[in-house]
Amino acid sequence: MFYGVALWAALTLNFILPRLMPGNPAEILLARFKGRVNPKAIDAFMVAFGLNQHHTLIQQYGAYLVQLMHGNLGISITYYPEPVIQVLGQALPWTLLLIAMATIISFLIGTLAGIVAAWHRGGVFDSVAPGIFTFTSSFPYFWFALIMLYFLAYKAGWFPIGSAYAGNHGSFALSNWPDLLYHTALPGFTIVVTSIGGWLLSMRNNMITTMGQDYIHMARAKGLARRRIMYQYAARNAILPNMTGFALSIGFIVSGALLTEIVFSYPGLGYTLLQAVQNEDYPLLQGTLLLIAVAVLLANFLVDLLYVRLDPRVRNQ
Amino acid sequence: MVDPSATAKTHSKASSVVRRRTIALPRVLNNGKATAGIILVLFFVLVGVLAPVLTHISPNVETFLPLQPPNAVHPLGTTGQGQDVWSQFVWGTRASLIVGFAAGALATILAVVIGMVSGFVGGTADEGLQLLTNVFLVIPGLPLIVVVATYFPFESSWPLIVIIALTSWSWGARVLRSQVLGMRELPFVEAARMAGERTSALVFREIMPNMWSLIFSQLLFGIIAAVLTEAGLQFIGLGNINVVSWGSMLYWAENNGALLTGAWWWFIPPGLAIALFGGGLALINYGLDEVTNPRLRAHRRRARKRGRNA
Repeated sequence: MFYGVALWAALTLNFILPRLMPGNPAEILLARFKGRVNPKAIDAFMVAFGLNQHHTLIQQYGAYLVQLMHGNLGISITYYPEPVIQVLGQALPWTLLLIAMATIISFLIGTLAGIVAAWHRGGVFDSVAPGIFTFTSSFPYFWFALIMLYFLAYKAGWFPIGSAYAGNHGSFALSNWPDLLYHTALPGFTIVVTSIGGWLLSMRNNMITTMGQDYIHMARAKGLARRRIMYQYAARNAILPNMTGFALSIGFIVSGALLTEIVFSYPGLGYTLLQAVQNEDYPLLQGTLLLIAVAVLLANFLVDLLYVRLDPRVRNQ
Repeated sequence: MVDPSATAKTHSKASSVVRRRTIALPRVLNNGKATAGIILVLFFVLVGVLAPVLTHISPNVETFLPLQPPNAVHPLGTTGQGQDVWSQFVWGTRASLIVGFAAGALATILAVVIGMVSGFVGGTADEGLQLLTNVFLVIPGLPLIVVVATYFPFESSWPLIVIIALTSWSWGARVLRSQVLGMRELPFVEAARMAGERTSALVFREIMPNMWSLIFSQLLFGIIAAVLTEAGLQFIGLGNINVVSWGSMLYWAENNGALLTGAWWWFIPPGLAIALFGGGLALINYGLDEVTNPRLRAHRRRARKRGRNA
């Protein structure tokens, strides 16, 4: 139910925004297309997009939703005559690769470090790590990416300066993976460094709260192995709020990753968004926003499902 | 109806709530992290406030020899267009902080009003507001702002401040709502209700004073988020790039190949400033958490004592 409303809000926002723009979106689009497309194609395009001025706003809205259901997002101006959906289809896998890899690594390491820090409360690691990671997590993603690019790729030459693959075309063939990983390593690393602090700090604080619970004292009194109490009793319960945090920060991570992609000329959605902005490619711009919104919603939905698997209390309700 | 054990529980809860409110400054300053954070943030605030004193060069003057490394005349060198980086940095600090503080404050106000009303009123209004909050929570902010900024090029900072606030209030509203939910049945609220206070008075005069530390922490996060968003937006050339700010400095540096010409003095200072300012705010928040949350605090003291004995 909630996801339905959120999806509807995203779709509607996407419909309204260009229509709030000063001037007529149809005319602006027309001006952008002029000289590049034959007039008949423009007419067909207008009708297809509900930009027909003889229709009321409601009719336009209906036409827009119907087009969306057919997966028709319009034609990109930058990559004319490629349809927007195709441009996005090429960009999406790269963003997924980068974000998925970086986020999972960051979540795992951060959570584990949080467990260790809380367990050895007041120890060396616990006094140093939170301070350091408080700082790294307030680094501007793109600036840290610039610094890394400058020192590790440009000065030291250890990493490629940009792109996601060697040569002109990337492919996900098995033999290409070493090359893909080599290109993803540095952008991925910058995302991990700038996002790991959040996981560490929240996991540490959750652990500390959990460790004050009676069942932990009980487990200790029973003489269970420390390792078992640490992971199976304390961490397992403390990780639940972290999962919620994980879901909610997906949107934030995506925003950061978009900027990181731009710095590294990594051919994902962020780079596509930049192209759309620079070329005033409105159809592509709208399509990218829509795809990102839907993807984030979907990710949230998946985390929700996972949460139900992990927390029996929710399952029984 | 009155269950003695239940009232006992709520009483202890109420007293812990009251304890949360009274954060004496000396106690905050006792906390190393908070002190370090306050010093960092004060430093940048001073730089922003004292901008006209710290430099006499206009940040837009392009008459100097381009790409000079730091020297006696130009403490941070010059840009590729022959502007003084120190003067840009100082004025940029002022511009970025204004956007950060204004957008952060606006987002916090939105969060307080929506979150507290939603939690206190309950019923259909609560459900509606909660839905609104959750929708804003999952719609990714930056891409949305990018699209809006492309359609409506910003002439001044105000539209930017408003749109950043509009996309960043939801997290705070959610946290505050759940706090109000736990507090609205407490005896002192009940008593005020019996005394015939209006709902608005109950929410803002009775409950809100107990949540200052939480609201303050929302404000800190709001400022960090606003500064980062503004910088990110300007970095890709949106927003008002004619205003000198940390973000626009990075934009010009990147677009003029500061990286490839090795002009580190051009692109390191603004980014480092964002990191240090944001880190400072985060440290204050972290320190406050330790001061106000007895669980996090008690242990720390014990650990320190143990360290002293050893």
